[in-house]
Amino acid sequence: MAIATTSPSHHEEHQDLRVKGLLAFLISESLMFGGFFATYLFFKGSNEVWPPEGTEVELLLPTINTIILVSSSFVIHFGDTAIKRNDVRGMRKWYIITAIMGAIFLLGQAYEYMTLGYGLTTNIFSNCFYLMTGFHGLHVFVGLLLILGVLWRSRRPGHYSATKHTGIEMAEIYWHFVDIIWIILFTLLYVLTKF
Amino acid sequence: MTLEIPRNHPPGNEASTVVVAGTTHHPQAWKWYHYFTFNVDHKVIGIQYLVTAFLFYLIGGLMAVAMRAELATPDADLLEPNLYNAFMTNHGTIMIFFWIVPSAIGGFGNFLVPLMVGARDMAFPKLNAIAFWLNPPAGLLLLASFFFGGGSQSGWTAYPPLSLVTAPTAQTLWVLAIVLVGTSSILGSLNFVITILFMKVPSMKWDQVPLFCWAILATSVLALVSTPVLAAGLILLLFDLHFGTSFFKPDAGGNVVLYQHLFWFYSHPAVYLMILPIFGIMSEVIPVHARKPIFGYKAIAYSSLAICLVGLFVWVHHMFTSGTPGWMRMFFTISTLIVAVPTGVKIFGWVATLWGGKIRFTSAMLFAVGLLMMFVLGGIGGVTLGTAPFDVHVHDTYYVVGHFHYVLFGGSVFGIYAGIYHWFPKITGRMMNETLGRIHFILTFIGTNLTFLPMHELGLQGMPRRVAMYDPQFTSINEICTIGAYVLGISVIPFTINILWSWVAGKKAGDNPWNAMTLEWTTSSPPLIENWEVLPVVTHGPYDYGVHNAEVQTATVTEASA
Repeated sequence: MAIATTSPSHHEEHQDLRVKGLLAFLISESLMFGGFFATYLFFKGSNEVWPPEGTEVELLLPTINTIILVSSSFVIHFGDTAIKRNDVRGMRKWYIITAIMGAIFLLGQAYEYMTLGYGLTTNIFSNCFYLMTGFHGLHVFVGLLLILGVLWRSRRPGHYSATKHTGIEMAEIYWHFVDIIWIILFTLLYVLTKF
Repeated sequence: MTLEIPRNHPPGNEASTVVVAGTTHHPQAWKWYHYFTFNVDHKVIGIQYLVTAFLFYLIGGLMAVAMRAELATPDADLLEPNLYNAFMTNHGTIMIFFWIVPSAIGGFGNFLVPLMVGARDMAFPKLNAIAFWLNPPAGLLLLASFFFGGGSQSGWTAYPPLSLVTAPTAQTLWVLAIVLVGTSSILGSLNFVITILFMKVPSMKWDQVPLFCWAILATSVLALVSTPVLAAGLILLLFDLHFGTSFFKPDAGGNVVLYQHLFWFYSHPAVYLMILPIFGIMSEVIPVHARKPIFGYKAIAYSSLAICLVGLFVWVHHMFTSGTPGWMRMFFTISTLIVAVPTGVKIFGWVATLWGGKIRFTSAMLFAVGLLMMFVLGGIGGVTLGTAPFDVHVHDTYYVVGHFHYVLFGGSVFGIYAGIYHWFPKITGRMMNETLGRIHFILTFIGTNLTFLPMHELGLQGMPRRVAMYDPQFTSINEICTIGAYVLGISVIPFTINILWSWVAGKKAGDNPWNAMTLEWTTSSPPLIENWEVLPVVTHGPYDYGVHNAEVQTATVTEASA
């Protein structure tokens, strides 16, 4: 059953597999958020008045935040195309802009938390609201760390190139994931409460 | 460099000398202390999983025996009722999260999957090590809960509001332990998915992948999809416990049924996580010891995926009495009964494989055949329970306990035993003792039936689960159950002796003691650190016993007495 073959180096394959592994992990992550969404919809469906009085949400700031986060997805994609052209400096430029946008998003979230006037424990809507946005914010923070890690590593010339940029790609995929989750969250928590 | 590699190869393929390009690796073995380090080799991790899981099994088993001793009499005279509840909770938690899942998926999966698909290691070795090393701390957290408020006492399901009011510190430790194990499960599962899908040796076609790998693939997909939902539910529970939210507090707008939905969306698939790898083990063990090709390879492979798919849509059958509406009861009754179809496909496939085979009743085969019977009985009980009208009457009685112990002990644990007897030669290079194995099987088989069959009757008579004291009319049947539990407790002793003794002084096994055809038998026992000097080339299917010249060489050792 065993015949001579060469022992392959798995390096090339693994570059590829890491992305696939991340995708599998993100499916899992989506399902965790899915549990939160299900919780939210469960309470939304079982309450006459939703959200209850006193815990309404503002639309202006979150909308600006949403626009920032969604456009940052495009920005990070420009970075990815740049590295595929072997343009490390261009990649760094786009990734820095993405990181700034992510930080603005987080600061906007913090500002929103401060100005809403109700906290985590106020009622069942605020429970869901803070838990979901909080967990999403945590994921934005992790995505930010990944982007900063990419920037940190890319200071070394030759670390990333057109043929070797799995880390960059993974940071990008994670960022897109965070973005998609936010779109669903925004729809559920903000848009649907107004209609 | 040139290496002389004696290997099992099909006749007419006399490749005794091969030229290996690019390997400078000299075969060597791991030392004993490597098993206590953060080793990234999948075989080491597999053994680590199996050994830690087995230790937890002994702990959980002692708890079970203590509970049965307490239940021998109607009064709570041996254990405090709270301690009984803590034992009941931790017995369930340990057996599920720390014994069956880690040993079946983590242990056998890690050890065998890369060997079976011809990979040198898993796709992400370090991640694999992380996944294992989340287990022992989680177990310590769980056991530590006994010193903080006397252990979590709300059952392994931890339903609120009970779990919010009893022993909050212990409950918190419980939640953290389960979240850690869940994380471990997710990381391990994504590793398996990627390994099976993309790391197969190039010469292996999809219809040559061993059925164990199909089973692990289905299991891993199921774990990936369902485990995070439990994590979400437990995070909500944790917030309710400590951060003043009210998701599960009905007086503040919460809803306890929501927790049950989140919990069972994971925990019903969890029982398929516990049985699917076992189906894989059965599909490996039965053809080898019956010397016949597996009957219906494709059907068995696809039925694993079908169970994975259908298993995601049956969770409400645990909640028929939680005020679920009628349409939901109807839908989930039907979907639950549909699970019986792919399961039946597998069972009939195995029975048809046995039909006319040259069966060698080794210990592994005894356990496999015992599993067939036990699992069918448990499955029939499951069909009755999955039917809402009947379930309403026996919900939370000992009927349920009897049923799931039939499928979890008579199914999963028998399967793990069969797997250990079957692959012990590969894992350690030594054979297990057949006589002790027989004794172990007989004791286990008698003990299982003696313990869990009367429980069905108890449940039909109406004895509730999870109580330390019961009505004296149930005494006689409970005594039978307790005797059976003692037999089960004793049955582990020959097994443990067998493992320890065989590991040190067993008969040398050689590469392929069972004359099996899957790839893991083509390397030495125990396997080399990189599994093969040269990757094997797949020339025939995994179960082609007696088919078109696909015979393997006779094993170097005389096979075990049949």
